[in-house]
Amino acid sequence: MIEGAIWRKWVFFYAPMGLFLLFLLFPFYWMVITSVRPDGELYRPWNAINYNPFWTWKPTLDHVRYLFEETLFASWLWNTMFIALMSTAISLVCGVFAGYALSRLNFPFAGSLGTGIFITYLVPQTLLFIPLAEIVRNYRLGDTPWSLILTYPTFLIPFCTWLMMGYFKAVPKELEECARIDGASRWQAMLYIIIPVAIPGILSAGIFAFTLSWNEFIYALVFLSSPEQKTVPVGVTSELIRGDVFFWGPLMAGALLGSIPVAIAYSFFVEHYVAGLTGSVKG
Amino acid sequence: MGQVVLKGINKFYDSVHAVVDVNLQIRDKEFVVFVGPSGCGKTTTLRMIAGLEAISSGDISIDGNVVNDLAPMDRDIAMVFQNYALYPHMSVYDNMAFGLKMRKFEKAEIDKRVREAADILGIGDYLKRKPRQLSGGQRQRVALGRAIVRHPRVFLFDEPLSNLDAKLRVQMRVELKKLHLRLGTTAIYVTHDQVEAMTLGDRVVVMKDGLVQQVGEPLELYNQPANKFVAGFIGSPAMNFANVTVTEANGSLLAENSGLRIKLPDETAQRLRGHVGREVTLGVRPEDLTVAGAADADRPCFDAVIEVVEQLGSEILLDMKVGDGVMVASIEPTVRVKVRDKLRLAMRPSRLHVFDAKTETAI
Ligand SMILES: Nc1ncnc2c1ncn2[C@@H]1O[C@H](COP(=O)(O)OP(=O)(O)OP(=O)(O)O)[C@@H](O)[C@H]1O
Ligand SMILES: [Mg+2]
Repeated sequence: MIEGAIWRKWVFFYAPMGLFLLFLLFPFYWMVITSVRPDGELYRPWNAINYNPFWTWKPTLDHVRYLFEETLFASWLWNTMFIALMSTAISLVCGVFAGYALSRLNFPFAGSLGTGIFITYLVPQTLLFIPLAEIVRNYRLGDTPWSLILTYPTFLIPFCTWLMMGYFKAVPKELEECARIDGASRWQAMLYIIIPVAIPGILSAGIFAFTLSWNEFIYALVFLSSPEQKTVPVGVTSELIRGDVFFWGPLMAGALLGSIPVAIAYSFFVEHYVAGLTGSVKG
Repeated sequence: MGQVVLKGINKFYDSVHAVVDVNLQIRDKEFVVFVGPSGCGKTTTLRMIAGLEAISSGDISIDGNVVNDLAPMDRDIAMVFQNYALYPHMSVYDNMAFGLKMRKFEKAEIDKRVREAADILGIGDYLKRKPRQLSGGQRQRVALGRAIVRHPRVFLFDEPLSNLDAKLRVQMRVELKKLHLRLGTTAIYVTHDQVEAMTLGDRVVVMKDGLVQQVGEPLELYNQPANKFVAGFIGSPAMNFANVTVTEANGSLLAENSGLRIKLPDETAQRLRGHVGREVTLGVRPEDLTVAGAADADRPCFDAVIEVVEQLGSEILLDMKVGDGVMVASIEPTVRVKVRDKLRLAMRPSRLHVFDAKTETAI
């Protein structure tokens, strides 16, 4: 905190922070306001006399109603939730075990294997989806949720593994040694001691993984084709942009509703999640 | 029972020879302290006994059974770590009960033992708290409690007091000693603090660079150090050393250098007969120096110039210049001295140590 006169506080703290907040929150505001404006206002030319893009006096839920009644938005939501939860669960389980093994079991090449896993995370999805499409087709997974549940871990597992590796390294190894002297097998020591201690790390890995799969676009676009199988990001953009016509109201309402679960997940775990990022385990 | 035998123990970390050929027999109920400067291999030795570190060569046996290949849990030992290693997500009670639960003890037995240990250590009031809600000293007790509920054959301690402040450390030291007297379990204790070693140990093992320098009872180390390292390490303030040449005059032996010219007492002279004309290291503890009076004429005496006076209340420490060297003397608090005073000091003749100048072993 900056000490001194009040004006200094305003100039150096509140004003920059206010600007920053404005900058960050404006897209959300825009999304909210657009999703409740009637079409008549949305498509009013910019030089009309009553043109007022930042406010509306006639808020409406028409767009939301349209989403749920005229499109398959409800199934998209459900698909996205199902896919995100499943792929997050798979990736977390694998990531926790792999992270533990890489950080704690001193097997040969553990270091280079860890780096290798990180590098696979860096391979862009835009490159990877082509061979993956082949695999998805061969296993006849196309147009099913499993095409995504099984392909998202290709980037989620490296991500979770890497995050958990860092977290496990920060857990003092004496904890585990003490448990092993106390009579726990390696497995029990991990289950009863290391994993409970690493809960904040696991939560933050989980939230990140959930968000990444919730927002994923390319794989979902390529591997799913029928409208009822789609996820929110793909469904909203492919069904509500027809040719060059943008259905701005439903689009924004869809985006807004789609981001709510993520926001809830974040706010729910925010304390753990911050602790997980700063990675401190106090003895 | 808790008899531990180390036979030719070695530990290599790649090219580092961390522990070199350690042989030691620890008797049942004995309190053995490993002491030495940082990096001398104390922790490594302890961890090999615990089974947390593989032994490069040699045998460790507990009560006659070689345990080289036994897992830590099967060695029936308990260890207290320097950072306590309390399980942060468990209450004090669960921390102490964990080892018993893992070993499938009855609930009632677990409860009895935990409460018994909590009573002994005076932590009965905190059983429901989490480790982070405890002070350092309380955590230390919990860590001890976790070790004693198991009734193991051997306790292993790795610098358990080093995270405590000076006052608490002294207090816990006494409690540890009491605890050992009460339980009578064999204990192996690692520290770099020679005071802890001297006060706690039935026997003390002094290590340096992975090598055992001397094993003995505390007073034995203090009175008859095997070499210059042990002499300098045990005792505070540290022993004074002076390199001197042994000369002979009129049938008696003298030790000489630029600032000293001392007639060696008979007992020391006996040992140095063969070293006439050679250089040796003379050692004398600060507490074995006194301000020379008329009665000290036949004691080895020397002149010194005082450089620093440290008043400790119970004694005065004098940092002095003696010839080209420096020495420390600990003298009576009643003596009036000040900086730059010239002073004549006498050594207690029976407390003179001599070491070979090259091999540094005691002569
Ligand atoms: N895992 C390791 N890998 C490589 N070298 C090690 C390892 N552990 C210890 N060493 C080396 O072994 C030697 C002895 O280490 P050790 O931890 O036993 O010292 P210590 O006597 O306990 O010292 P301190 O008082 O600082 O704890 C040191 O030179 C150290 O660098
Ligand atoms: Mg150590």
